[in-house]
Amino acid sequence: MARHVVATVDEIPPGGRKIVTVRGREIGIFRLGDEFFGLINRCPHQGAPLCQGAVVSRLVAPVPGEYHLTRPGEMLRCPWHCWEFDIRTGKSWCDPNSVQARAFDVAVEKGATLVEGPFSAEAVEVTVEASYVVVTM
Amino acid sequence: MDRPASGCPVPGAIDCDIHAALPNTRVLLPYFEPYWREHIQRRGLERDSFEPSSYPANAPINKRPDWALADAPAGSSLTALQGHILDRLSIRHGILNVIHGAQVMFSEDLSLAFCRAINNWIRAEWLDRDARLCASIVVPPHSAELAAEEIERLAPDPRFVQVLLLAMAELPLGRRQNWPIYRAAEKFGLPVGIHAGSSFRHPPSALGWPSYYLEDYVSQSQGFAAALNSLVAEGVFVKFPALKVVLIESGVTWLPASLWRLDKTWRGVRAETPWLEQLPTETVREHVRLTLQPFDAPPTAQQLEIVLEQLGSDRMLLFSTDYPHWHFDGDDALPAALPPDLMRKICIDNPLETYTRLVKEPVP
Ligand code: FES
Repeated sequence: MARHVVATVDEIPPGGRKIVTVRGREIGIFRLGDEFFGLINRCPHQGAPLCQGAVVSRLVAPVPGEYHLTRPGEMLRCPWHCWEFDIRTGKSWCDPNSVQARAFDVAVEKGATLVEGPFSAEAVEVTVEASYVVVTM
Repeated sequence: MDRPASGCPVPGAIDCDIHAALPNTRVLLPYFEPYWREHIQRRGLERDSFEPSSYPANAPINKRPDWALADAPAGSSLTALQGHILDRLSIRHGILNVIHGAQVMFSEDLSLAFCRAINNWIRAEWLDRDARLCASIVVPPHSAELAAEEIERLAPDPRFVQVLLLAMAELPLGRRQNWPIYRAAEKFGLPVGIHAGSSFRHPPSALGWPSYYLEDYVSQSQGFAAALNSLVAEGVFVKFPALKVVLIESGVTWLPASLWRLDKTWRGVRAETPWLEQLPTETVREHVRLTLQPFDAPPTAQQLEIVLEQLGSDRMLLFSTDYPHWHFDGDDALPAALPPDLMRKICIDNPLETYTRLVKEPVP
């Protein structure tokens, strides 16, 4: 396991995303408020670039006709067949226990901590003052 | 026709689909309210048979030759039914389903008047005369409020064990206009039996009017699939979680493929019907049952096993003879290849679980 610096915090505004490549694997980094999440950019259904899909909410209805929009902006809809995935966990809506997009550990770390190493930062220049999004894999 | 009893149901079986037929419309006259009796006689309606065109009485499939009656429509004699089915197959309970033009009339009030008369007639002439018999409540399906009233009227009599609808009505069955029927059925613990048949407000095939009976008959299973899709998609089972639906004479083998398609598509479009939180198949397994005959079984026992496995539940099938329709000969009312414990489930356990109003007696 190694730490990979993939973006500066400021680069991804709340609700935003960035698709990065870490050790040859494409990962979508999503920001919900001040939390960051990482999902593999490959849909467990048939391999679509999942992280390019629309960011949507969780629409629910306890009974027909009673509609609630919940968890705004916390779901990801696959661009191919529109299955929905929870950005926080990678679990699908339709079959949460067996259809899941792989999720990665993402953390925010200060440049000052990072420079003590070890880390890798292929596309990001790390300075002591800034905060960074770090994927562990 | 004394054959080995390979496909004979287990003794004490519950026959979930028996067709009692009116010998003619005149026998109903004493069972109408005075207003409607006069209305009917003024119009001479008692001279009509109101035979629904989904079930032409003389089509061979609707009249097994050895069950035909010399001078009356098949299924119109209690004594004959006792001899042909109830005694012969040791049936513990038989559920009578009357299929009649009353269910497809345009006038909602006349439809109700006829349905009431039919229900009164079945109670007096059949249920009162043989304790093994129970019946479905016939309702005017195109007026859900009136249908619910009729359910309320008869529900106190525990011998009415189900509400009867046809698969193809004016509206897809799941639509909210129909919900008063489901509300009443759920309230009284009555399953809703959806019988093959159409009110012919629409062609029985989505392509238009077929030319031949063969097409009409085979298209029924598409009608059932659409009815089931509608019930599921409109959220009827979410709104009425205790409701059970029995598909009567739908055939069985169309169901797994239809459910696969429903499940598969639901995954991508489920946000459109957010009340559907689980796979449609799971909902169907919980809420839907099917009567056995006509059983469109594949040719070999091995293939049959595969179909049953695809259904994914041994609780869904309910024994039925579909008397007096002609789907089997002799006493072979069950596909011969069924394992004995499944046979018992189909004949006894599943019907008792579905029709909770039936008295649970110790098995002989
Ligand atoms: S590839 Fe993502 S839903 Fe099919």
